[in-house]
Formats: sequence, C-alpha cells, structure tokens
Amino acid sequence: MLAFILRRAALVVPTFIGVTLLAFALIHLIPGDPVENLSGERGMDPARRERLLHEFGLDRPLPVQYGEYIGNVLRGDLGSSLTTHERVLDEFLTLFPATIELAFFAMLFAVGLGLPAGILAALKRNTAADYAVMGASLTGYSMPIFWWALLLILFFSVQLGWTPVSGRIAVEYDVPAATGFMLIDTLKAGDLGAFRSAVSHLILPSIALGTIPLAVIARMTRSAMLEVLREDYVRTARAKGLPRWRVILVHALRNALIPVITVIGLQVGLLLSGAILTETIFSWPGVGNWLVHGVQSRDYPVVQGGILLIATLVISVNLIVDLLYGVVNPRIRHA
Amino acid sequence: MVNRSPVRRLLPLALLAAFATLPLAALGKGTLVYCSEGSPEGFQPQFFTTGTTFDAVSVPMFNRLVEFETGTTNIVPALAESWTISPDGKTYTFKLRKGVKFHSNANFTPTRDFNADDVVFSWNRMADENHPFHKLTAGQTFSYYDDMGMKNIVDKVEKVDEYTVRFNLKRPEAPFLADMAMDFASILSKEYFEAMLKKGTPNAADVYPIGTGPFEFASYQKDATIRYKAFDKYWGGRPKVDTLVYSITRDATARYAKLKTGECQVMAFPKPADLDEMKKDSRITVQQKEGLNIGYIAFNVEKKPFDDKRVRQALNMAVDKAAILKAVYQGNGQVAKNPIPPILWSYNNSIKDYPYDPAKAKELLAQAGFPNGFELELWYLPVTRPYNPDGKRVGEMIQADWEKIGVKTKLVTYEWAEYRKRAKQGEHQVVMFGWSGDNGDPDNFFVPLLGCEAVKGGGNNARWCNKQFEDLVVKAAQTSKQADRAKLYEQAQVIFKEEAPWITLAHSMRFDPVRNEVKGYKMDATAHHYFDKVDIAPLP
Repeated sequence: MLAFILRRAALVVPTFIGVTLLAFALIHLIPGDPVENLSGERGMDPARRERLLHEFGLDRPLPVQYGEYIGNVLRGDLGSSLTTHERVLDEFLTLFPATIELAFFAMLFAVGLGLPAGILAALKRNTAADYAVMGASLTGYSMPIFWWALLLILFFSVQLGWTPVSGRIAVEYDVPAATGFMLIDTLKAGDLGAFRSAVSHLILPSIALGTIPLAVIARMTRSAMLEVLREDYVRTARAKGLPRWRVILVHALRNALIPVITVIGLQVGLLLSGAILTETIFSWPGVGNWLVHGVQSRDYPVVQGGILLIATLVISVNLIVDLLYGVVNPRIRHA
Repeated sequence: MVNRSPVRRLLPLALLAAFATLPLAALGKGTLVYCSEGSPEGFQPQFFTTGTTFDAVSVPMFNRLVEFETGTTNIVPALAESWTISPDGKTYTFKLRKGVKFHSNANFTPTRDFNADDVVFSWNRMADENHPFHKLTAGQTFSYYDDMGMKNIVDKVEKVDEYTVRFNLKRPEAPFLADMAMDFASILSKEYFEAMLKKGTPNAADVYPIGTGPFEFASYQKDATIRYKAFDKYWGGRPKVDTLVYSITRDATARYAKLKTGECQVMAFPKPADLDEMKKDSRITVQQKEGLNIGYIAFNVEKKPFDDKRVRQALNMAVDKAAILKAVYQGNGQVAKNPIPPILWSYNNSIKDYPYDPAKAKELLAQAGFPNGFELELWYLPVTRPYNPDGKRVGEMIQADWEKIGVKTKLVTYEWAEYRKRAKQGEHQVVMFGWSGDNGDPDNFFVPLLGCEAVKGGGNNARWCNKQFEDLVVKAAQTSKQADRAKLYEQAQVIFKEEAPWITLAHSMRFDPVRNEVKGYKMDATAHHYFDKVDIAPLP
C-alpha cells in the first residue's frame, strides 16, 4: 500500500512542474506587459520604462525569472500583486471562500436536481418524461454560461424582480468577514435578514454554474440506472416481492451511483473554470473574477499564483480520490 | 406494486426549493449606491493612475489645495483659500484654510487640524527619494507624479508659517495650478503617518485612508463593496446622504440591470449600445456632458510618404467625417477640427477643417507623386474607448473612403496593450488613437500628444516635432496670464491644422445614467464621480 501511495504521490511532482511552467509561459506569452498597463494612452519615457521593468523583475531572461519564481514558491512565497502590492496568497485566501460557497451550491443544485431527473428518465424510458429530461439536459449542456447567466438575470431579476442581479449580499448588510463564507458569517452575526439576502444572491449564480454539471449528472444517472435495472439481482429483488422504491433506491441506485460519483468528482475542475465566467457576470467576489482581472492587467504573480493554487487543489482532490480507489479496489492498488 | 415512489413525490419539492424566491429588503434611508466599474488598486491617492481608483479614493475621501469646480475645469479654492503667483511665474504661495479636520479611525484620532506641515509632507513624500516615507510600501511608485514630469517642474516646497506654503518652481509653468488640482496632489495627514510609524504599523497609513474629504472610509470587501460614511466635520459641509456604497460590478450589462432594479442609483460607464433603451426608461435620467477628449488618427511622419504634408492633407480631405460621426458615434459626439475639445479654453473656433473633397485629395496626391495612390496600413483600436466607440467600424469606413482616391488600406490591429506598446515605439504607419484630458489645461493635450519631448515616450503617435509649434506651446506654458496663453495656443492650432499630423476625428459625449430619486447629481468634466452634494428623494 505504501508503495502505491508513494507511486501516486511521485506522479504529482511532474504535474506540478507542468502546471507552473504552463501558467508561467502562457501569461508571459500574452502580448503586453504590466508596465505598459500602467500608462494607458500616455507615453512613457524609455528610462522610466526600464526602471519599472527592473523593479518588477521583468528585465531578466524568462528562464531566470521562472527559476526564481519556482524557488520562491517552494519557500512558500507566491509573490505580491503588481497592482495592489498585496500578497497573492492573502488575496487568494480572502476571495476563495466565496468561490467555494458558489461551487458548493452549484453542485448541490446539480446533484439535487440531476439525480432525481436521471432516475426519472431511466424509469420512464422512451416516454415524454424521458425525452423532456434528456432534451432539457442537452440544452443545458450546450448553453454557454455567460449567455445563460444573462438570460437568468434579465428574466428573474429585471423582469420578475425575484432575485437580486449580482453581488453576494444586499448593500445594507455590512457583515464582518469571519470565515469568508457569507451564509456562515451572516448566521454567526445572528442577522436573519442578511442570511436571507445572502441566500437570494446565491440562487442565480448557482443555477448558472450548476447547469452543465446538472446535465452531465442527469445523463450519467440515466444510463447507469438503465444498465443496473437490467441486472439479474434487480429482477431477483423484484421477484422477492420487495417494494418498488426499495428496489430502485437501494438495490439499483446504490450500484448505479458508482460511475455517477466519479463523474461528480470530475466536475470539480469544470466548476472552477465555469466559476470564472459566472463570477464575472454576477460580480461575485471570488477567485475567478480576480483571475480575469489579473489577466487583463497582466498581473503576472496573481495569474501564476492563482492558477497554481487552483491546480494544487484539483491535483490534491484527484490524488485523494486515487488513493481511495486503491483502498477500495485491490485491483487498482496492485496494477 | 407501491403506487407512488418517493422520487416522484420529492421531485416537485426539489424544483420548488431551487426556484424559491425571497423578498428583496428595501435600501436604508440616506444610502446612495453607485455601481462602479472595478475595484480600486488601493486606498492611497498618490500611488495609482486609474480613474477607478480616483473615484474610490481621492474623490470621496481627500482634498487638494485647489480643486476643479464640479462640472467645469475652473479651478476653485479647496484646502487653500487663496494663492498668489509671483510675477516671474516661478513661486506659488498658498494661504491655507483654517479649521479643516481630518478623519479618524480605530487606530488614529487626529489631535490637530490640517496645516502647512501636511502639505509639505504630502509633497515631499513623493518628491524626495530620501524621505522616510518615500519607500514605505514596497514596490510602489508615485506614477502620476512621475508621469506629469513633476521632478522637472517643482524645485522645493516650504512652510512659510502654520497656514502658508510656498512652491518654488524650476521654471515658469502655467499649468501648475491645474496640476495641483489633480488626484495625485491630494493632501495626506502627516500626523497619521507618524502615529502609525510609532505604533510599528507604518504601512497601515497607506492601506486605511485618512483624509479631509466629505466621506470617511468605513469598510471594504474586496471586489464587492466599498462603504463610506458622511464626515460630520467636513469643512465643505456634511454630505446629504449618510452612507455611500460603491457596489463593484465589472460587467456593464449587470450594472445596467442593477440600475433598473434599483440595486444602485448611479452607474458608471454605460455601454453605448444600451443608451437608447436607457433614455426611454422613465425611471432613469441619462445625464450627458461633452467629453474632455479627442479621437484621432495619427500619421507617422517619420515614415514615407507621411513625411509629405500634401499626402497627410490629401488623406484628411478624403475622409467623410460626418458619415463616421453618424454611423459610429450615432450622434453622441461632434466632428473634431482641433486637437482640443471646444469646452477647453483657447479652442480656436476660426479654424476651418479640411472639407470632404475626394477630387481635391486626388489632386494633392498627384502633386505629391502618387497619381495612382499607394498602399498603407491603418491600425484600428481593438477596444471601445471613451473617445471612440468602435475602432473597427471607423477603420472600415476610412478604408472605403481612401479607396476612392486610390489608396489601398490594410486594416491591422493588435491586442490593446500590445497595440499601445507598438504604437509608442513608432512601428505604425497610420494609427487610430485618442486621449482623455487629465486636468482641463490645454497644455495637457498639446504637450503629451504633440510635443517634441513626447516623441521619445511615444505619447506623440504622429512622432511630429515642429519647431514653430513647439516654441508656441513651450512659451504658453511659461506665460502666466490665461488670455495671453490662449492666444499662443490658438496660433499653435493653426500650425497644427496646416501641417496635418492627424486626422482629428471626434469629441465624444460622456453619459452617466442616474435614477430619478437621485437629486443634485452633476457630471464632472474630468470624468470623476462626485457624490458630496447628492441627495436621495424617497420613491413616490
């Protein structure tokens, strides 16, 4: 087992190097630089330009800059933003809870609706209900997030006035950030109105972000259920005279869930990338919004650090899942 | 068989839960919410150069010695009650206002009023590299101070007495007073910085702002909201609203949606495409104001054949500006004939623009040795700018116009930062550009855009350095009487038009959509957003 863990952990090292290299190369490949970004239409004296490039450490060859960056990262130093001059890690940690909160509720929406919809479609195979669920999920899957988000805002917020347009909480609530999770913070502050406001602000972004995972989960659940329902043990269970719901939820669903859970796990990366679009449109103060702005202002440390932290997170989740598989399934462990 | 599965029973419930709605709480009384376009880079007025940061920092929380009267570029007293300029134009003496209070916060309560020490401190902190607070925040530079070339203008600042300061200049510089009204010249509290140093947290002074302005800092949630509260002891009179909130909303469509639902009462930078619909909305008033800007097309006179005045004039005459104004600016602008907008003093209205005359243009081209035209590259703006809503469309229309005189135009563009970088290095033949003024002094157009010195830094995209023009502009900067300066600038505009380093395209309008319950909001000339005189009327 130890050998298995070590083997898996060792694979993380090249992945990590690849991610840092890619993040570093991509942001430096985009035209423009942070110094140019300072000046706008105004001209900049070449001497001052040189001085600023030097101060930002951008006047040295790229491999040297990369080497130094990796050295700093290994010492736990992700550098400081070139625009705000705050530490990248601090900014990330301030904003990340907002992203987690959004991703969590998007997932809740996706699973909460996707599982029952998939089960329903499987049970009512080739009926109107099945076609409706599958058609809707295909539509949801094909919908670009920014477009879908704008439609949601225009309909539910502007037309019907049911939900707020954007932000995390109405402006009249000034809740001190204790954990960074708005729902927890508002409850901690004991302000029910603020809590309700926070919930209402979560609804549309969660739907926008959760729609694609919802579609994936619904389709996956349907096909997994269909497969399992054909199994002998399901027939046996029915033949034994078990109630139908017991057969479906206990005997069939439990086994059908295995591939579904794998898919849910895979959605984590998708959720984080979708969060970038969702956060931008809903002015959600999370890391996605922050990264987009970092790219626009060529804030190299922010982009590199942000990508690295998110990648580390995804890599860790995958590593843990891999190890868990190994624990559960000896065939993987000994492969 | 059991007839109802739990799935079937739960599904409608799940749907209901997902779409459940909650009532929106009403806004607190006396709260004004402004949908701003981005987060400030920090809460310090000297470090940064973006309008977004100025709107969030220097405008609500700080004052300058002199300021622009809201809505105009007239300079009015602020922290200085009056000033005198020596006859040689090299000494500015400011008499300071008495009884001006600084804000306070959890870590600092001022023990004294604003005085000359604060002015000297605020200036020397930027100017003197050995000042104990010059390098307080690692990596920060005093960008605007550098950009405005202050090092070459101000020699030193002295405290004459408790309420008098004197700025000694290295050379006469008439635009200096306007410079002092700019955001970077905001006055900080010396006492605050020293108190934070004593406490062992000197950086705090650059992070948590203490100023003399109409609003005090309350809190900031990164990328989400900034809160201010009215400063009771504001020397200019307490603001009418109790709380001012900036709701940071980067997406223009979302800002508009929030304005419609009343989540904010004033919004920044509407999308040009939304304006028509906004104007029809009975809940919203779209205020408009002539912009302090110019959109233009510059010929790189260092490259052939654009070194030939006749070619530049011909290309000027071949462009149907009126058609561009109609199609692209959709009436939200006016044709430009001078490099400065008409709202700026010294605008020479007697100048005649080149007429739209393709036949004459062809003739001029033939004289210059191009009877059959030639080929050129026109760089068009890749982004919407305040002075040009759609660079690509402008480019296409000019391409069609020039085609008529035999000039084949290849349209080229780059990513915006790359575009600027390459243009500043002079890689282009013909480039579309523009400018929004900083301070309402004509010098702020002529020198950074057309001065000889600006060729080096690339702000002068035409790379046009004309001795006669330069002499006039330099002389104007050294002349103290505005009427005399205006005459010099008027002459400079004559030379500019004759030499035609640019096609002056348009001056565009600016728009601030405001909800009707907002009273007393006035648009600013330099594109800032001021809320100290604004009130909120209860909804009917």
